[in-house]
Amino acid sequence: MNVFAIIGRVVLSTLAEIGALTRFVWLAVTHIFRPPFFWRLIAQQMLRIGYFSLPVVALTAFFTGGALALQIYYGGNTFNSESIVATIVALGITRELGPVLGGLMVAGRVSAAIAAELGTMRVTEQIDALTTLSTNPHKYLVVPRVVAAVITLPALVFIADIIGIMGGFVVGTGSLEFNPGVYIKNTVDFLDADDVISGLIKAGVFGFIIAIMGCFHGFNSKGGAQGVGRATTNAVVTASILILAANYVMTSLLFAN
Amino acid sequence: MSDAKIELRNVHKRFGKKVVLDGINLTVPKGESLVVIGGSGTGKSVMIKCVLGIIRPDSGEIFVDGKNVLKMDAGEREKVLRKFGMLFQGAALFDSLPVWENVAFGLIQGRKMKRKQAKDIAVEKLAKVGLAAEVGELYPAELSGGMQKRVGLARAIAADPEIIFFDEPTTGLDPIMADVINDLIVDSVKDLGATTLSITHDMASVRKIADKVAMIHKGKIIWAGSRAEVDDSGNDYVDQFIHGRAEGPIQMEVLKP
Ligand SMILES: Nc1ncnc2c1ncn2[C@@H]1O[C@H](COP(=O)(O)OP(=O)(O)OP(=O)(O)O)[C@@H](O)[C@H]1O
Ligand SMILES: [Mg+2]
Repeated sequence: MNVFAIIGRVVLSTLAEIGALTRFVWLAVTHIFRPPFFWRLIAQQMLRIGYFSLPVVALTAFFTGGALALQIYYGGNTFNSESIVATIVALGITRELGPVLGGLMVAGRVSAAIAAELGTMRVTEQIDALTTLSTNPHKYLVVPRVVAAVITLPALVFIADIIGIMGGFVVGTGSLEFNPGVYIKNTVDFLDADDVISGLIKAGVFGFIIAIMGCFHGFNSKGGAQGVGRATTNAVVTASILILAANYVMTSLLFAN
Repeated sequence: MSDAKIELRNVHKRFGKKVVLDGINLTVPKGESLVVIGGSGTGKSVMIKCVLGIIRPDSGEIFVDGKNVLKMDAGEREKVLRKFGMLFQGAALFDSLPVWENVAFGLIQGRKMKRKQAKDIAVEKLAKVGLAAEVGELYPAELSGGMQKRVGLARAIAADPEIIFFDEPTTGLDPIMADVINDLIVDSVKDLGATTLSITHDMASVRKIADKVAMIHKGKIIWAGSRAEVDDSGNDYVDQFIHGRAEGPIQMEVLKP
């Protein structure tokens, strides 16, 4: 096999994929603002994406907050650890770990579910059937999922922030025997609204990525059950990578000064 | 030209290297029932999807009521789509919705009808295809293949369309149920005065529902005539097909990979 032919084909198919994704995102975004609006479906998706992800996200945040507290305590010097642990847990959770880990957990759950559902609808011609019933599939299927994810992810991450800080508090006051009052005071003193808000902005972007990747791979799946399986895997992998990449970019923009 | 409801002129479509439609010319006169016959994989479903705008042909023209649908913007197209009803090859029912909502879908989403009123119409259409009102409360997965086809038929006729497409309405059914479906098609068409384009492999179905017959082979219409002419068409391809012979000008590509 000719090496250049292979490289050429990979480059071309990657470009084609990026083009298709750009078009898909454009269609999704423009349809968000054009009537009709499917409120019922948005509410239904908010329940599925947001509410049912709560246990996963809460547990992730709790254990991460706890582990972070231990790690800082062991790694730092024990001399003013009491104030350092509380501050770093609060900043670490709200700025980075809450949104990123929350986003990744939801990506695993929700991107996969969306890709599997829409992929099945694609291969059984249900998406084509929508078109013939005067219903735009982008509006009916993609928009509610994207809107619901962009709204619910920040809410989920806000809850994750609280639970993550509580995780640190439980470990700090429990096994590290810090004074609870001092721990809370340190948390409140060092935590700015900006820290929380930057995390919530990230969460909104991650929500968009999660829903779009699920929908895009579902919409483009072909070839029966195997194709749907491939779409599901691709959705989770691409959503996770894009979340980490977008997180890096946003951290460098939001905290530049 | 005035009595042509649908007209395809020199329509081409290929997927990658595979040429599927290779210059289709076909006219469906207003108020008539045209049946397209042809072997598996000859592009029959692709042709129908081109007319519905689900697949975009590479070249050629498609007219509905004298207007070229390929030159329309999205809004105009949606208006034209309202004239259509479609029974998909695999029924393509929405498995997240109960049967009655499947039937009423085009009325509720496409025409903004109140759910209550739409449900009454759905029950009426279900009765027309021989299904009791209780079936309306079931989900598609709980139905047999024959019942799914009938629900698909009820959905196709629910909005009283001017044009109905039937993609293999009897495939996979027992001969008696197939005949029931054929009768239903003839009746519904008579009631609505609709123009229909059907696809089938089933000669019993052809004899029952067709006014005109066309045969597709390797992406081209190779023969067209009235139902009475099918039996002595003088065309070797048509003869081989209607008698179901393995020997003849049509070579099934079973030995090639
Ligand atoms: N979306 C698609 N992408 C790539 N190839 C496709 C696509 N849709 C159809 N094809 C190819 O086009 C050819 C014709 O398909 P089509 O579904 O129109 O066949 P058909 O005549 O309806 O056959 P059958 O009678 O078995 O339903 C097939 O070889 C199929 O592999
Ligand atoms: Mg077909």
